Amino acid sequence: MSGSPTLYGAVATRGFRRYATYRSATVAGIFTNTVFGVIIAYTYLALWHARPNLGGYGAAQALTFVWVSQSLIMPVGLFGGGIVEEYAERVRSGAVAVDLHRPVPLLGIRLAEDLGRAAYHLLSRGVAPTVVGALAFTLAWPRTAPTWGLFAASVLLAVVIGFAIRYLLGLLAFWVIDTTGFAALLTISQIFFSGMALPLVVFPSGLRALSDALPFRCLVQVPLDVLLREDTGAAALPLIGVQVLWAAALLGVGGALTRAAVHKVVVQGG
Amino acid sequence: MGDALRGYRIIAGSWIRASLTYRASFVTLTLTSVLITFLDFAIILVMFSHLTAFGGFSLSSIAVIYGMSGFSLGMADLLLGNTELVGRRVRDGSLDSMLVRPVPTLVQLAADHFALRRMGRVVQAVGVLGWGVATAGIGWTPARVAVLAGALVTGSVIFCSIFVMGGAFQVFAGDASEVANAFTYGGNTLGQYPFTIYPADLVKALTFILPMAFINWYPALYVLGRPDPFGFPEWLQWASPVVTAGFVVVAGCSWRAAIRRYRSTGS
Repeated sequence: MSGSPTLYGAVATRGFRRYATYRSATVAGIFTNTVFGVIIAYTYLALWHARPNLGGYGAAQALTFVWVSQSLIMPVGLFGGGIVEEYAERVRSGAVAVDLHRPVPLLGIRLAEDLGRAAYHLLSRGVAPTVVGALAFTLAWPRTAPTWGLFAASVLLAVVIGFAIRYLLGLLAFWVIDTTGFAALLTISQIFFSGMALPLVVFPSGLRALSDALPFRCLVQVPLDVLLREDTGAAALPLIGVQVLWAAALLGVGGALTRAAVHKVVVQGG
Repeated sequence: MGDALRGYRIIAGSWIRASLTYRASFVTLTLTSVLITFLDFAIILVMFSHLTAFGGFSLSSIAVIYGMSGFSLGMADLLLGNTELVGRRVRDGSLDSMLVRPVPTLVQLAADHFALRRMGRVVQAVGVLGWGVATAGIGWTPARVAVLAGALVTGSVIFCSIFVMGGAFQVFAGDASEVANAFTYGGNTLGQYPFTIYPADLVKALTFILPMAFINWYPALYVLGRPDPFGFPEWLQWASPVVTAGFVVVAGCSWRAAIRRYRSTGS
Protein backbone atom coordinates (compact mmCIF):
# COMPACT_ATOMS: atom_id res chain seq x y z
CA MET A 1 0.00 0.00 0.00
CA SER A 2 1.43 3.33 -0.94
CA GLY A 3 0.09 6.55 -2.29
CA SER A 4 1.06 8.00 -5.64
CA PRO A 5 2.97 11.28 -5.94
CA THR A 6 -0.16 12.93 -7.38
CA LEU A 7 -2.12 11.95 -4.30
CA TYR A 8 0.49 13.40 -1.93
CA GLY A 9 0.64 16.52 -4.08
CA ALA A 10 -3.12 16.91 -3.88
CA VAL A 11 -3.10 16.46 -0.11
CA ALA A 12 -0.29 19.02 0.29
CA THR A 13 -2.21 21.52 -1.84
CA ARG A 14 -5.29 21.04 0.35
CA GLY A 15 -3.14 21.54 3.46
CA PHE A 16 -1.94 24.82 1.99
CA ARG A 17 -5.45 25.97 1.07
CA ARG A 18 -6.97 24.95 4.38
CA TYR A 19 -4.86 27.54 6.20
CA ALA A 20 -4.87 30.10 3.38
CA THR A 21 -8.66 30.38 3.82
CA TYR A 22 -8.37 32.26 7.10
CA ARG A 23 -6.97 35.59 5.94
CA SER A 24 -7.76 37.65 9.01
CA ALA A 25 -6.13 34.98 11.20
CA THR A 26 -3.02 35.28 9.04
CA VAL A 27 -2.92 39.05 9.35
CA ALA A 28 -3.45 38.79 13.12
CA GLY A 29 -0.61 36.27 13.35
CA ILE A 30 1.74 38.46 11.34
CA PHE A 31 0.96 41.37 13.66
CA THR A 32 1.65 39.29 16.78
CA ASN A 33 4.90 37.80 15.40
CA THR A 34 6.03 41.33 14.52
CA VAL A 35 5.27 42.73 17.99
CA PHE A 36 7.20 39.89 19.64
CA GLY A 37 10.01 40.34 17.12
CA VAL A 38 10.37 44.01 18.08
CA ILE A 39 10.39 43.27 21.84
CA ILE A 40 12.94 40.44 21.53
CA ALA A 41 15.05 42.51 19.13
CA TYR A 42 15.49 45.20 21.80
CA THR A 43 16.40 42.66 24.49
CA TYR A 44 19.03 41.12 22.20
CA LEU A 45 20.35 44.56 21.26
CA ALA A 46 20.81 45.33 24.97
CA LEU A 47 22.48 41.95 25.56
CA TRP A 48 24.87 42.28 22.63
CA HIS A 49 25.52 45.91 23.49
CA ALA A 50 26.71 44.80 26.93
CA ARG A 51 28.64 41.81 25.54
CA PRO A 52 29.68 42.44 21.92
CA ASN A 53 30.51 39.21 20.07
CA LEU A 54 28.68 37.07 22.61
CA GLY A 55 28.56 33.51 21.27
CA GLY A 56 30.38 34.62 18.14
CA TYR A 57 27.46 36.76 16.93
CA GLY A 58 27.60 40.48 16.28
CA ALA A 59 24.52 42.63 16.87
CA ALA A 60 23.39 42.21 13.22
CA GLN A 61 23.65 38.41 13.48
CA ALA A 62 21.70 38.43 16.77
CA LEU A 63 18.94 40.54 15.18
CA THR A 64 18.82 38.28 12.14
CA PHE A 65 18.39 35.39 14.59
CA VAL A 66 15.41 37.17 16.17
CA TRP A 67 13.51 37.77 12.95
CA VAL A 68 14.29 34.50 11.21
CA SER A 69 13.42 32.50 14.34
CA GLN A 70 10.08 34.39 14.58
CA SER A 71 9.39 33.44 10.98
CA LEU A 72 10.11 29.75 11.73
CA ILE A 73 7.68 29.47 14.68
CA MET A 74 4.65 28.52 12.60
CA PRO A 75 6.29 26.50 9.79
CA VAL A 76 8.07 24.15 12.23
CA GLY A 77 5.12 24.13 14.65
CA LEU A 78 7.14 25.37 17.61
CA PHE A 79 4.07 26.06 19.75
CA GLY A 80 2.55 22.67 18.94
CA GLY A 81 -1.11 22.55 18.04
CA GLY A 82 -2.51 21.40 14.73
CA ILE A 83 -1.98 17.71 14.26
CA VAL A 84 -1.40 16.92 17.94
CA GLU A 85 -4.72 18.07 19.31
CA GLU A 86 -6.50 17.00 16.16
CA TYR A 87 -5.05 13.53 16.48
CA ALA A 88 -5.70 13.09 20.16
CA GLU A 89 -9.30 14.11 19.47
CA ARG A 90 -9.63 11.66 16.56
CA VAL A 91 -8.30 8.83 18.71
CA ARG A 92 -10.71 9.68 21.54
CA SER A 93 -13.71 9.92 19.25
CA GLY A 94 -12.76 6.80 17.31
CA ALA A 95 -12.58 8.65 13.99
CA VAL A 96 -9.00 7.40 13.71
CA ALA A 97 -10.32 3.97 12.70
CA VAL A 98 -11.35 5.49 9.37
CA ASP A 99 -7.89 7.02 8.90
CA LEU A 100 -6.24 3.66 9.48
CA HIS A 101 -8.49 1.95 6.96
CA ARG A 102 -7.54 4.25 4.11
CA PRO A 103 -5.36 2.55 1.47
CA VAL A 104 -2.52 5.06 1.98
CA PRO A 105 0.08 5.27 4.76
CA LEU A 106 -1.12 7.54 7.55
CA LEU A 107 2.34 8.99 8.15
CA GLY A 108 2.83 9.94 4.49
CA ILE A 109 -0.56 11.59 4.14
CA ARG A 110 -0.13 13.58 7.33
CA LEU A 111 3.38 14.65 6.32
CA ALA A 112 2.14 15.84 2.92
CA GLU A 113 -0.66 17.80 4.57
CA ASP A 114 1.74 19.38 7.06
CA LEU A 115 4.22 20.33 4.32
CA GLY A 116 1.40 22.19 2.55
CA ARG A 117 0.49 23.97 5.76
CA ALA A 118 4.12 24.84 6.49
CA ALA A 119 4.57 26.25 2.97
CA TYR A 120 1.64 28.59 3.54
CA HIS A 121 2.87 29.69 6.96
CA LEU A 122 6.38 30.26 5.64
CA LEU A 123 5.15 32.42 2.77
CA SER A 124 2.77 34.46 4.93
CA ARG A 125 3.74 34.51 8.58
CA GLY A 126 7.39 33.80 7.81
CA VAL A 127 8.13 36.37 5.14
CA ALA A 128 6.02 39.35 6.29
CA PRO A 129 7.45 39.89 9.82
CA THR A 130 10.98 39.35 8.48
CA VAL A 131 10.44 42.12 5.92
CA VAL A 132 9.32 44.44 8.74
CA GLY A 133 12.36 43.42 10.78
CA ALA A 134 14.70 44.03 7.86
CA LEU A 135 13.24 47.49 7.34
CA ALA A 136 13.39 48.48 11.02
CA PHE A 137 16.76 46.93 11.97
CA THR A 138 20.10 46.20 10.31
CA LEU A 139 20.23 42.47 9.63
CA ALA A 140 23.03 40.24 8.33
CA TRP A 141 22.02 38.34 5.18
CA PRO A 142 24.16 35.80 3.34
CA ARG A 143 25.95 37.17 0.31
CA THR A 144 26.12 33.97 -1.73
CA ALA A 145 23.38 32.01 -3.49
CA PRO A 146 24.62 28.57 -2.30
CA THR A 147 24.08 29.63 1.34
CA TRP A 148 20.47 30.47 0.50
CA GLY A 149 20.10 27.07 -1.15
CA LEU A 150 21.49 25.25 1.88
CA PHE A 151 19.31 27.36 4.17
CA ALA A 152 16.22 26.39 2.17
CA ALA A 153 17.18 22.70 2.51
CA SER A 154 17.75 23.16 6.24
CA VAL A 155 14.35 24.84 6.71
CA LEU A 156 12.65 22.00 4.81
CA LEU A 157 14.36 19.46 7.09
CA ALA A 158 13.34 21.54 10.13
CA VAL A 159 9.71 21.40 8.99
CA VAL A 160 9.91 17.61 8.53
CA ILE A 161 11.51 17.14 11.98
CA GLY A 162 8.93 19.45 13.58
CA PHE A 163 6.18 17.38 11.97
CA ALA A 164 7.73 14.07 13.07
CA ILE A 165 7.97 15.20 16.71
CA ARG A 166 4.34 16.34 16.79
CA TYR A 167 3.22 13.19 14.96
CA LEU A 168 4.81 11.05 17.69
CA LEU A 169 3.00 13.10 20.32
CA GLY A 170 -0.24 12.62 18.41
CA LEU A 171 0.30 8.84 18.35
CA LEU A 172 0.75 8.93 22.12
CA ALA A 173 -3.02 9.36 22.34
CA PHE A 174 -3.33 5.65 21.47
CA TRP A 175 -1.71 4.78 24.79
CA VAL A 176 -2.44 7.79 27.04
CA ILE A 177 -5.95 9.15 27.52
CA ASP A 178 -5.07 12.79 28.16
CA THR A 179 -2.06 14.16 26.24
CA THR A 180 -2.49 17.81 27.36
CA GLY A 181 0.34 17.65 29.90
CA PHE A 182 2.72 15.98 27.45
CA ALA A 183 1.82 18.54 24.79
CA ALA A 184 2.64 21.40 27.17
CA LEU A 185 5.93 19.78 28.15
CA LEU A 186 6.84 19.27 24.50
CA THR A 187 6.01 22.87 23.59
CA ILE A 188 8.23 24.30 26.30
CA SER A 189 11.07 21.92 25.36
CA GLN A 190 10.74 23.01 21.75
CA ILE A 191 10.85 26.69 22.69
CA PHE A 192 13.71 26.41 25.17
CA PHE A 193 16.01 23.84 23.52
CA SER A 194 15.51 24.93 19.91
CA GLY A 195 17.18 28.30 20.38
CA MET A 196 13.86 30.16 20.11
CA ALA A 197 14.01 31.42 23.72
CA LEU A 198 17.66 32.39 23.45
CA PRO A 199 20.24 31.35 20.81
CA LEU A 200 21.97 28.16 21.97
CA VAL A 201 25.36 29.85 21.38
CA VAL A 202 24.61 31.88 24.54
CA PHE A 203 23.85 28.82 26.72
CA PRO A 204 26.38 27.77 29.38
CA SER A 205 28.30 24.63 28.36
CA GLY A 206 26.28 22.08 30.37
CA LEU A 207 22.96 23.32 29.05
CA ARG A 208 24.43 23.59 25.56
CA ALA A 209 25.56 19.95 25.68
CA LEU A 210 22.06 18.89 26.73
CA SER A 211 20.40 20.83 23.92
CA ASP A 212 22.93 19.44 21.40
CA ALA A 213 21.82 15.93 22.37
CA LEU A 214 18.14 16.71 21.69
CA PRO A 215 16.41 16.98 18.30
CA PHE A 216 14.88 20.40 19.05
CA ARG A 217 17.93 22.42 17.96
CA CYS A 218 17.24 21.18 14.41
CA LEU A 219 14.12 23.36 14.40
CA VAL A 220 15.68 26.81 14.84
CA GLN A 221 19.37 26.88 15.82
CA VAL A 222 20.63 24.61 13.02
CA PRO A 223 18.91 26.46 10.14
CA LEU A 224 20.22 29.73 11.60
CA ASP A 225 23.72 28.31 11.91
CA VAL A 226 23.54 27.48 8.21
CA LEU A 227 22.30 30.98 7.41
CA LEU A 228 24.65 32.98 9.64
CA ARG A 229 27.89 31.07 9.16
CA GLU A 230 27.73 31.52 5.44
CA ASP A 231 29.96 28.53 4.87
CA THR A 232 28.72 26.12 2.23
CA GLY A 233 31.73 23.84 2.51
CA ALA A 234 32.65 21.26 5.10
CA ALA A 235 31.27 23.31 8.02
CA ALA A 236 27.69 23.16 6.75
CA LEU A 237 27.62 19.41 6.12
CA PRO A 238 27.51 18.27 9.76
CA LEU A 239 24.61 20.68 10.32
CA ILE A 240 22.53 19.32 7.45
CA GLY A 241 23.75 15.82 8.34
CA VAL A 242 22.44 15.97 11.89
CA GLN A 243 19.06 17.13 10.57
CA VAL A 244 18.92 14.26 8.06
CA LEU A 245 19.73 11.76 10.83
CA TRP A 246 17.08 13.12 13.19
CA ALA A 247 14.49 13.30 10.42
CA ALA A 248 15.17 9.67 9.43
CA ALA A 249 15.18 8.45 13.04
CA LEU A 250 11.98 10.26 14.07
CA LEU A 251 10.07 9.30 10.91
CA GLY A 252 11.30 5.70 11.35
CA VAL A 253 9.98 5.56 14.91
CA GLY A 254 6.78 7.25 13.72
CA GLY A 255 6.24 4.54 11.09
CA ALA A 256 6.92 1.72 13.55
CA LEU A 257 4.59 3.18 16.17
CA THR A 258 1.86 3.68 13.56
CA ARG A 259 1.98 -0.06 12.84
CA ALA A 260 1.87 -0.79 16.57
CA ALA A 261 -1.10 1.55 16.97
CA VAL A 262 -2.99 -0.25 14.18
CA HIS A 263 -2.79 -3.45 16.20
CA LYS A 264 -3.97 -1.65 19.31
CA VAL A 265 -7.13 -0.22 17.79
CA VAL A 266 -10.29 -2.10 18.56
CA VAL A 267 -13.16 -0.91 16.40
CA GLN A 268 -16.28 -1.08 18.50
CA GLY A 269 -18.59 -0.64 15.57
CA GLY A 270 -21.67 1.49 15.81
CA MET B 1 -22.39 43.21 40.84
CA GLY B 2 -23.09 40.84 43.76
CA ASP B 3 -25.10 38.60 41.45
CA ALA B 4 -22.29 38.60 38.92
CA LEU B 5 -19.73 37.53 41.52
CA ARG B 6 -22.07 34.85 42.81
CA GLY B 7 -22.56 33.56 39.27
CA TYR B 8 -18.80 33.51 38.72
CA ARG B 9 -18.27 31.64 41.97
CA ILE B 10 -20.85 28.98 41.19
CA ILE B 11 -19.65 28.31 37.63
CA ALA B 12 -15.93 28.44 38.48
CA GLY B 13 -16.53 26.29 41.56
CA SER B 14 -18.13 23.54 39.54
CA TRP B 15 -15.19 23.53 37.11
CA ILE B 16 -12.72 23.38 39.98
CA ARG B 17 -14.55 20.39 41.45
CA ALA B 18 -14.57 18.77 38.02
CA SER B 19 -10.82 19.27 37.54
CA LEU B 20 -10.04 17.92 41.03
CA THR B 21 -11.86 14.69 40.20
CA TYR B 22 -8.84 13.64 38.15
CA ARG B 23 -6.37 14.54 40.84
CA ALA B 24 -3.21 13.09 39.24
CA SER B 25 -3.94 14.87 35.98
CA PHE B 26 -4.55 18.14 37.84
CA VAL B 27 -1.29 17.89 39.78
CA THR B 28 0.70 17.03 36.63
CA LEU B 29 -0.78 19.94 34.69
CA THR B 30 -0.18 22.43 37.51
CA LEU B 31 3.42 21.27 38.00
CA THR B 32 4.00 21.43 34.23
CA SER B 33 2.66 24.95 34.25
CA VAL B 34 5.08 25.95 37.06
CA LEU B 35 7.94 24.29 35.16
CA ILE B 36 7.03 26.06 31.93
CA THR B 37 7.02 29.45 33.59
CA PHE B 38 10.23 28.60 35.45
CA LEU B 39 11.98 27.98 32.12
CA ASP B 40 10.72 31.43 31.15
CA PHE B 41 12.75 32.95 34.00
CA ALA B 42 15.65 30.64 33.14
CA ILE B 43 16.11 32.71 29.97
CA ILE B 44 16.96 35.71 32.15
CA LEU B 45 19.24 33.56 34.34
CA VAL B 46 21.14 32.40 31.23
CA MET B 47 21.48 36.03 30.11
CA PHE B 48 22.88 36.90 33.51
CA SER B 49 25.51 34.17 33.21
CA HIS B 50 27.15 36.70 30.85
CA LEU B 51 26.14 39.91 32.62
CA THR B 52 26.14 41.60 36.02
CA ALA B 53 23.48 44.14 35.06
CA PHE B 54 20.92 44.32 32.26
CA GLY B 55 19.74 47.74 31.19
CA GLY B 56 21.37 49.07 34.38
CA PHE B 57 19.42 46.74 36.68
CA SER B 58 20.70 43.85 38.79
CA LEU B 59 19.26 40.33 38.61
CA SER B 60 17.37 40.88 41.89
CA SER B 61 15.80 44.12 40.64
CA ILE B 62 14.80 42.43 37.39
CA ALA B 63 13.25 39.60 39.43
CA VAL B 64 11.03 42.23 41.09
CA ILE B 65 10.05 43.75 37.72
CA TYR B 66 9.51 40.29 36.20
CA GLY B 67 7.54 38.99 39.17
CA MET B 68 5.19 41.98 39.18
CA SER B 69 4.41 41.55 35.49
CA GLY B 70 4.11 37.75 35.73
CA PHE B 71 1.79 37.93 38.74
CA SER B 72 -0.48 40.45 37.01
CA LEU B 73 -0.74 38.45 33.80
CA GLY B 74 -1.12 35.19 35.75
CA MET B 75 -4.03 36.52 37.84
CA ALA B 76 -5.76 38.00 34.78
CA ASP B 77 -5.23 34.78 32.82
CA LEU B 78 -6.68 32.76 35.71
CA LEU B 79 -9.73 34.99 36.14
CA LEU B 80 -10.50 36.14 32.59
CA GLY B 81 -8.17 34.19 30.28
CA ASN B 82 -11.08 32.23 28.82
CA THR B 83 -12.34 35.35 27.06
CA GLU B 84 -9.78 34.27 24.43
CA LEU B 85 -12.36 31.70 23.35
CA VAL B 86 -14.98 34.27 22.31
CA GLY B 87 -14.12 33.84 18.63
CA ARG B 88 -14.77 30.10 18.81
CA ARG B 89 -18.07 30.71 20.65
CA VAL B 90 -19.20 33.14 17.97
CA ARG B 91 -18.41 30.53 15.31
CA ASP B 92 -20.14 27.60 16.98
CA GLY B 93 -23.07 29.69 18.23
CA SER B 94 -22.64 28.93 21.93
CA LEU B 95 -22.40 32.66 22.66
CA ASP B 96 -26.10 32.92 21.81
CA SER B 97 -27.20 30.67 24.67
CA MET B 98 -25.06 32.71 27.07
CA LEU B 99 -26.88 35.89 26.08
CA VAL B 100 -30.24 34.61 27.30
CA ARG B 101 -29.08 33.26 30.67
CA PRO B 102 -29.62 35.32 33.84
CA VAL B 103 -25.88 35.75 34.51
CA PRO B 104 -23.81 38.49 32.77
CA THR B 105 -22.34 37.16 29.52
CA LEU B 106 -18.80 38.21 30.43
CA VAL B 107 -19.03 36.33 33.72
CA GLN B 108 -20.16 33.16 31.94
CA LEU B 109 -17.42 33.47 29.36
CA ALA B 110 -14.73 33.96 31.98
CA ALA B 111 -15.90 31.30 34.41
CA ASP B 112 -16.80 28.60 31.89
CA HIS B 113 -13.94 26.06 31.72
CA PHE B 114 -12.29 27.85 34.68
CA ALA B 115 -8.82 26.29 34.95
CA LEU B 116 -7.34 26.34 38.43
CA ARG B 117 -4.11 24.90 36.99
CA ARG B 118 -3.40 28.40 35.65
CA MET B 119 -2.33 29.16 39.22
CA GLY B 120 1.01 27.74 38.05
CA ARG B 121 2.11 31.03 36.54
CA VAL B 122 0.97 32.96 39.62
CA VAL B 123 2.90 30.60 41.92
CA GLN B 124 6.07 30.96 39.85
CA ALA B 125 5.72 34.77 39.72
CA VAL B 126 5.24 34.96 43.48
CA GLY B 127 8.40 32.85 43.91
CA VAL B 128 10.48 35.07 41.62
CA LEU B 129 9.04 38.26 43.14
CA GLY B 130 9.64 36.99 46.67
CA TRP B 131 13.24 36.18 45.88
CA GLY B 132 13.65 39.57 44.19
CA VAL B 133 12.29 41.71 47.02
CA ALA B 134 14.29 39.69 49.57
CA THR B 135 17.61 40.18 47.78
CA ALA B 136 17.30 43.53 45.99
CA GLY B 137 18.19 45.49 49.16
CA ILE B 138 14.97 47.50 49.20
CA GLY B 139 14.70 50.07 52.00
CA TRP B 140 11.13 49.27 53.02
CA THR B 141 8.79 52.12 53.89
CA PRO B 142 5.00 51.90 54.30
CA ALA B 143 4.65 53.78 51.00
CA ARG B 144 6.78 51.21 49.14
CA VAL B 145 4.80 48.31 50.57
CA ALA B 146 1.59 50.07 49.54
CA VAL B 147 2.84 50.78 45.99
CA LEU B 148 3.99 47.17 45.54
CA ALA B 149 0.74 45.68 46.85
CA GLY B 150 -1.31 48.22 44.91
CA ALA B 151 0.61 47.50 41.68
CA LEU B 152 -0.13 43.77 41.96
CA VAL B 153 -3.84 44.62 42.05
CA THR B 154 -3.83 47.37 39.41
CA GLY B 155 -1.52 45.37 37.13
CA SER B 156 -3.90 42.40 37.32
CA VAL B 157 -6.87 44.63 36.58
CA ILE B 158 -5.08 46.21 33.59
CA PHE B 159 -4.35 42.78 32.10
CA CYS B 160 -7.98 41.77 32.84
CA SER B 161 -9.12 44.84 30.88
CA ILE B 162 -6.84 43.88 28.00
CA PHE B 163 -8.34 40.36 27.96
CA VAL B 164 -11.84 41.87 27.84
CA MET B 165 -10.87 44.26 25.04
CA GLY B 166 -9.35 41.30 23.17
CA GLY B 167 -12.63 39.41 23.63
CA ALA B 168 -14.66 42.38 22.39
CA PHE B 169 -12.37 42.66 19.38
CA GLN B 170 -12.99 39.02 18.53
CA VAL B 171 -16.75 39.54 18.38
CA PHE B 172 -16.04 41.77 15.36
CA ALA B 173 -12.94 40.13 13.98
CA GLY B 174 -13.66 36.44 14.52
CA ASP B 175 -10.52 34.60 13.45
CA ALA B 176 -8.17 37.39 14.41
CA SER B 177 -7.96 36.22 18.03
CA GLU B 178 -4.17 36.20 17.89
CA VAL B 179 -4.02 40.00 17.90
CA ALA B 180 -4.93 39.91 21.60
CA ASN B 181 -1.85 37.77 22.31
CA ALA B 182 0.39 40.63 21.21
CA PHE B 183 -0.99 42.72 24.07
CA THR B 184 -1.45 40.06 26.78
CA TYR B 185 1.54 37.73 26.42
CA GLY B 186 3.40 40.38 24.44
CA GLY B 187 2.70 42.93 27.19
CA ASN B 188 4.05 40.49 29.75
CA THR B 189 7.21 39.80 27.74
CA LEU B 190 7.70 43.54 27.31
CA GLY B 191 7.28 44.14 31.05
CA GLN B 192 9.70 41.40 32.10
CA TYR B 193 12.67 43.64 31.34
CA PRO B 194 13.61 47.12 32.58
CA PHE B 195 12.31 49.66 30.07
CA THR B 196 15.81 51.16 29.83
CA ILE B 197 16.52 48.64 27.05
CA TYR B 198 13.78 50.17 24.87
CA PRO B 199 14.10 53.38 22.85
CA ALA B 200 12.80 56.52 24.61
CA ASP B 201 10.07 57.01 21.98
CA LEU B 202 8.69 53.54 22.62
CA VAL B 203 8.63 54.18 26.38
CA LYS B 204 6.81 57.49 25.74
CA ALA B 205 4.23 55.64 23.64
CA LEU B 206 3.85 53.01 26.38
CA THR B 207 3.28 55.82 28.90
CA PHE B 208 1.01 58.24 27.09
CA ILE B 209 -0.62 56.36 24.18
CA LEU B 210 -0.88 52.69 25.17
CA PRO B 211 -0.12 53.07 28.90
CA MET B 212 1.18 49.57 29.58
CA ALA B 213 4.20 50.96 31.45
CA PHE B 214 1.87 51.43 34.43
CA ILE B 215 1.36 47.69 34.86
CA ASN B 216 4.72 47.27 36.57
CA TRP B 217 7.47 49.58 35.26
CA TYR B 218 6.56 52.81 37.06
CA PRO B 219 5.51 51.18 40.35
CA ALA B 220 8.68 49.03 40.26
CA LEU B 221 10.83 52.15 39.92
CA TYR B 222 9.23 53.48 43.09
CA VAL B 223 9.59 50.21 45.01
CA LEU B 224 13.24 49.90 43.96
CA GLY B 225 13.86 53.57 44.81
CA ARG B 226 15.20 54.39 41.34
CA PRO B 227 14.91 57.82 39.71
CA ASP B 228 13.22 57.63 36.31
CA PRO B 229 15.98 56.75 33.79
CA PHE B 230 14.19 58.76 31.09
CA GLY B 231 13.74 61.81 33.34
CA PHE B 232 9.93 61.48 33.44
CA PRO B 233 8.18 63.01 36.48
CA GLU B 234 8.04 60.98 39.68
CA TRP B 235 4.26 61.22 40.04
CA LEU B 236 3.94 58.74 37.16
CA GLN B 237 5.13 56.11 39.64
CA TRP B 238 1.97 56.78 41.66
CA ALA B 239 -0.42 57.03 38.75
CA SER B 240 -1.19 53.33 38.16
CA PRO B 241 -4.61 53.38 39.90
CA VAL B 242 -5.82 56.27 37.73
CA VAL B 243 -4.57 54.61 34.55
CA THR B 244 -6.19 51.35 35.66
CA ALA B 245 -9.55 53.11 36.04
CA GLY B 246 -9.13 54.34 32.47
CA PHE B 247 -8.42 50.80 31.25
CA VAL B 248 -11.54 49.48 33.01
CA VAL B 249 -13.78 52.16 31.48
CA VAL B 250 -12.45 51.56 27.96
CA ALA B 251 -12.72 47.76 28.37
CA GLY B 252 -16.27 48.03 29.73
CA CYS B 253 -17.40 50.29 26.89
CA SER B 254 -15.81 48.13 24.21
CA TRP B 255 -17.39 44.97 25.63
CA ARG B 256 -20.85 46.62 25.73
CA ALA B 257 -20.41 47.90 22.19
CA ALA B 258 -19.38 44.45 21.02
CA ILE B 259 -22.37 42.69 22.59
CA ARG B 260 -24.77 45.34 21.27
CA ARG B 261 -23.47 44.92 17.74
CA TYR B 262 -23.21 41.14 17.91
CA ARG B 263 -25.10 39.27 15.24
CA SER B 264 -25.46 35.56 15.62
CA THR B 265 -24.02 33.37 12.88
CA GLY B 266 -27.34 31.55 12.99
CA SER B 267 -25.76 28.18 13.60
